[in-house]
Amino acid sequence: MVSIDLLVSLVPLFPLLGFLFVALNTRRLTQGVTAFIACGSVLFSFIISIALFVTLLGMPEGDRSISVTLFNWIAAGDFSASISFLVDPLSSLFLLIITGVGFLIHVYSIGYMHHDEGFNRFFSYLNLFVFFMLLLVMGANYLLMFVGWEGVGLCSYLLIGFWFKNQDYNNAANKAFIMNRIGDLGMLLGVILIFVHFGSIQYTEVFSKATSIDTTTLTLITILLFVGAMGKSAQLPLYTWLPDAMAGPTPVSALIHAATMVTAGVYMVCRNNLLYALSPATLELIVIVGLATALFAATIAIAQNDIKKVLAYSTVSQLGLMFLALGLGAFTSGIFHMATHAFFKALLFLGAGSVIHALSGEQDIRNMGGLKKYLPVTYVTFFAGVLAISGIPPFAGFFSKDEILASAFAHNKIVWAVAVIASLLTAFYMFRLFFLTFFGKERASKHAMEHIHESPKSITIPLIALAILSVVGGFMGVPEVLGGSHWLSHYLHPVFASSHDLIQTHHLSHTTEYILMGTVVAFTIVTIVIAYTMYIGKEQVPAAEGQPVGGLQRTLANKYYVDEIYNAIIVKPLYWISGVLDAVIERLGIDKLVNAFGGSVVEGSKITRLLQNGGIGYYIFVMVIGIVIILAYAVIR
Amino acid sequence: MLTLLLIFFPLAAALLLFVFRPQNAKVVALIAALIELIISLVIVTQFDKTGAPQFSIDIPWITSLGLSLSVAIDGISLLLVLLTTVLVPFIILSSFSHTYEKPSTFYGLILTMQMALVGVFVARDGLLFYLFWEVALIPIYFICLIWGGEDRGRITFKFFVYTLAGSLFMLVGLVYLYFQTPGSHTFAIQALYEAGRSLSATEQSLLFWALFVAFAIKMPVFPFHTWQPDTYTVSPVQGTMLLSGIMLKMGIYGVIRWLIPVVPGGVAQWGMTAVIISVIGIIYASCIAIVQKDFKRLIAYSSIAHVGLISAGIFTLSAIGIQGAMIQMLSHGIIVFALFYIIEIIFDRTKTRTLSELGGIRNVAPILTTVFVITMLGSVALPFTSGFVGEFLLINAVFQYQAALGAIAGVTIILGAVYMLRTFQKSMSGETNNRTSSFVDLTGQEKLVLYPIVILIILIGVYPTPLLEISESAVNTLLHSITEVTASAN
Repeated sequence: MVSIDLLVSLVPLFPLLGFLFVALNTRRLTQGVTAFIACGSVLFSFIISIALFVTLLGMPEGDRSISVTLFNWIAAGDFSASISFLVDPLSSLFLLIITGVGFLIHVYSIGYMHHDEGFNRFFSYLNLFVFFMLLLVMGANYLLMFVGWEGVGLCSYLLIGFWFKNQDYNNAANKAFIMNRIGDLGMLLGVILIFVHFGSIQYTEVFSKATSIDTTTLTLITILLFVGAMGKSAQLPLYTWLPDAMAGPTPVSALIHAATMVTAGVYMVCRNNLLYALSPATLELIVIVGLATALFAATIAIAQNDIKKVLAYSTVSQLGLMFLALGLGAFTSGIFHMATHAFFKALLFLGAGSVIHALSGEQDIRNMGGLKKYLPVTYVTFFAGVLAISGIPPFAGFFSKDEILASAFAHNKIVWAVAVIASLLTAFYMFRLFFLTFFGKERASKHAMEHIHESPKSITIPLIALAILSVVGGFMGVPEVLGGSHWLSHYLHPVFASSHDLIQTHHLSHTTEYILMGTVVAFTIVTIVIAYTMYIGKEQVPAAEGQPVGGLQRTLANKYYVDEIYNAIIVKPLYWISGVLDAVIERLGIDKLVNAFGGSVVEGSKITRLLQNGGIGYYIFVMVIGIVIILAYAVIR
Repeated sequence: MLTLLLIFFPLAAALLLFVFRPQNAKVVALIAALIELIISLVIVTQFDKTGAPQFSIDIPWITSLGLSLSVAIDGISLLLVLLTTVLVPFIILSSFSHTYEKPSTFYGLILTMQMALVGVFVARDGLLFYLFWEVALIPIYFICLIWGGEDRGRITFKFFVYTLAGSLFMLVGLVYLYFQTPGSHTFAIQALYEAGRSLSATEQSLLFWALFVAFAIKMPVFPFHTWQPDTYTVSPVQGTMLLSGIMLKMGIYGVIRWLIPVVPGGVAQWGMTAVIISVIGIIYASCIAIVQKDFKRLIAYSSIAHVGLISAGIFTLSAIGIQGAMIQMLSHGIIVFALFYIIEIIFDRTKTRTLSELGGIRNVAPILTTVFVITMLGSVALPFTSGFVGEFLLINAVFQYQAALGAIAGVTIILGAVYMLRTFQKSMSGETNNRTSSFVDLTGQEKLVLYPIVILIILIGVYPTPLLEISESAVNTLLHSITEVTASAN
């Protein structure tokens, strides 16, 4: 029997070893060996994660938590942080998703990256990402979470700029890193503030003291931490990096920019649910940010024509929904939606990748159409994903989204109405995308159609696996009203127990729940029918570039010009100020002043120039004599 | 005896080079530097982490002046000695592919410099400290003057006069203190501490500024920095490495060893001002780094920003801040060394340091790229690199000192990413051009220099504890002694 401590440490260790081995032998390994090691290491972690999950289930509900301390990392003054892990129901669930979905995407990448000369480099980054992501959710203190937090940001940066010859991609990578850094600074200050007020950054200690800290402090701490989440989970106003991040290879978009990394903010808030529950003001802020993001991004998504951009804005919007849930105090619903979203959004991205792969790199849905007969597996699995994200019962997204909408309704009818609109927009843009891609005329270029082929097994098998999860994933949280027992909420109960006592929840009657469910599903079906008439009935195709379009549509297609606005009010001024500092203050100001000071000394001493011969040695000599005279005076005195 | 050996062995080796001018001066210098490294490692193994200053030697030298050859090593000294003895062999090795004229003089000066640096870090006598401090200036001045680039005459002269002027303030301060010591006067460190602490608030204020200006110029801290970018840019790369990797730490060390304990009253009065100046410097230098076109100049400004944070952290007078400063000095030393070496490697092959003329090196030099990326990550303080340990502790300390200043200082992690990523992108990414298309990846000798540094960057980032432990007790002693003073004053 291996010790449980060892098992816990092995989870992140395997991907780390995989990374090191592949990275150090990039130029020596064949694709087969790399694929075997990279996928194998994540598979091992997945197996151990299952073992840990089962172990946790075997424990009495109150003690489901394993902590392991490896060594003392940083200690200075009264500050100390250790490398230590915490596996509890919350992190265990994330472990399963990270390693499980991660493994499927690793396998998918074998086929997808097959022709790329950077194959080995790609897999080393991917393994490194899994390592940091595991640290993020396993760390038993805030600083270790921060290590993972920034580490996944690094991998995201490396993978967005994976094709580094293209400077646009590099710009996207830099943007992602810098924008995340803005959020990270907020989080770092939050961690420091926690240390200042709690005297520790270990979760267990912080949570045990949480109720004795005043609300203002807690509000500040939780807001600072949430700023980090805004960056990492692409919430308003720090979301613009995520759509650009689609520059990376598609498996990266699926793994990092949809299923795992971007949900780090959700994890963080849930991990700190007690602190958030004690800061109602922050929860309100999260509701507003989440709701605004959900709606805002969804409206942009309906006017995008790049298949990955649509999915990217969809991710931003869905993350907004998750945060809405967290802000409402419905932590379990947030986690539930995170899990189902991981399944169906990874599926949709991988499906999109399969389409792009089949069409030799084409990403514009205006140049697709009629692909269902060429790509049957991709088509069927993608359809499952579309149904899931649109919230059609009994697909996974239905249950999780319904829960969020129900909490919203109980909280505030307007919040509910806006969330429903965002949800309907989701159904619309997803079916728009689906119809334009797989139905109607074949609009792809001749060249692309000649090479069209269904993807190889390493691509289709992960698609099928994720499609199955997207169909059945919702059953982990079937609500009572539909005759389920909501396994997930029982499972997570120990994590959220203390904050559930703090947050008032209004219970809806079963009748209300039925009506809500029915209404939303009915509206969704109407929305789908509208999309059907537009894109299949009338065979509309979005206007090509340059063609005149209405003002609203242009604004949406240009994403409300947010990038341009940021450029004008932040980037340009920063460069302008820096330029002025350099040219005016530095060169004309300080330096001139210094030189003038030196110059005046030179001028003044022209009278005594007989003493000067310009040799440094002479000056030193004089200086030393001077010292001696001063000291001699001291002695004689 | 070990301490004396540590100080004077490099000098002996330097004299050997000056006098005998051996054929392969660089090899002799490297061997000497390695022996020096071994000596320092022996000291590390015998060092008692919990103890007071050790390996002390106190020989009266010029008794009439109160000068004695008084040296000792505590944790703070030891870390900086280690930085010096570790970096110098790498600096020498980094020059192997380059043939300098008058090699014996060149390497002799580097070793002389090492002697002075070690001397500064272990001196326990005010005048001795001052002597080493000034002696350190001479070799670096000649290195820049003789082997430097364009316009070196004007620039090195400015550098020399500027730093010398600063040191004179210190000399005045030290001499003033000397006269405050009881009896027949002495420069012994403890006597100077006591003399300084017994001064009136006004005197402490004045003395604070005399010493602060000297140290601030050396670091350099905004707005005393304008000698630095030009000097870094014009120096031969080994000179830049000595200046940025080790010599600027003299200024920081001066603050820790002399300024704070000598005039705690002055520090209490002016500490906030010093922190504010330092924090302004962080943002100011980072902004200027963003718009630099010359790679070397850009790193010069980034160095001012990093040093600003160290300085701010020290003046918080907290254990977290000073421990952070200690680890960050080491981290900054190795990172800036590696960055300047990378610049030199690129310059050597492309004959340019202008970022817009580079690009695409990543296509042809994957090993250099990896080394560059890791070094860059250290520079932008990514967790699990050495840079993070230091910057986190420093920001933590400044934040606790004054939250708003801490938040502003923290902006360095954003701006640092802005200019470093931009630099990496411009030089390494994209398509190759005619300057970079035939770029040759790292040679064996270059790997020999850069691999250990890169490993150190990660190792210190993951497991900084042994280093933090070395200086812990010395830092606590320092803080304890000044809190005692302030407590008794109230």
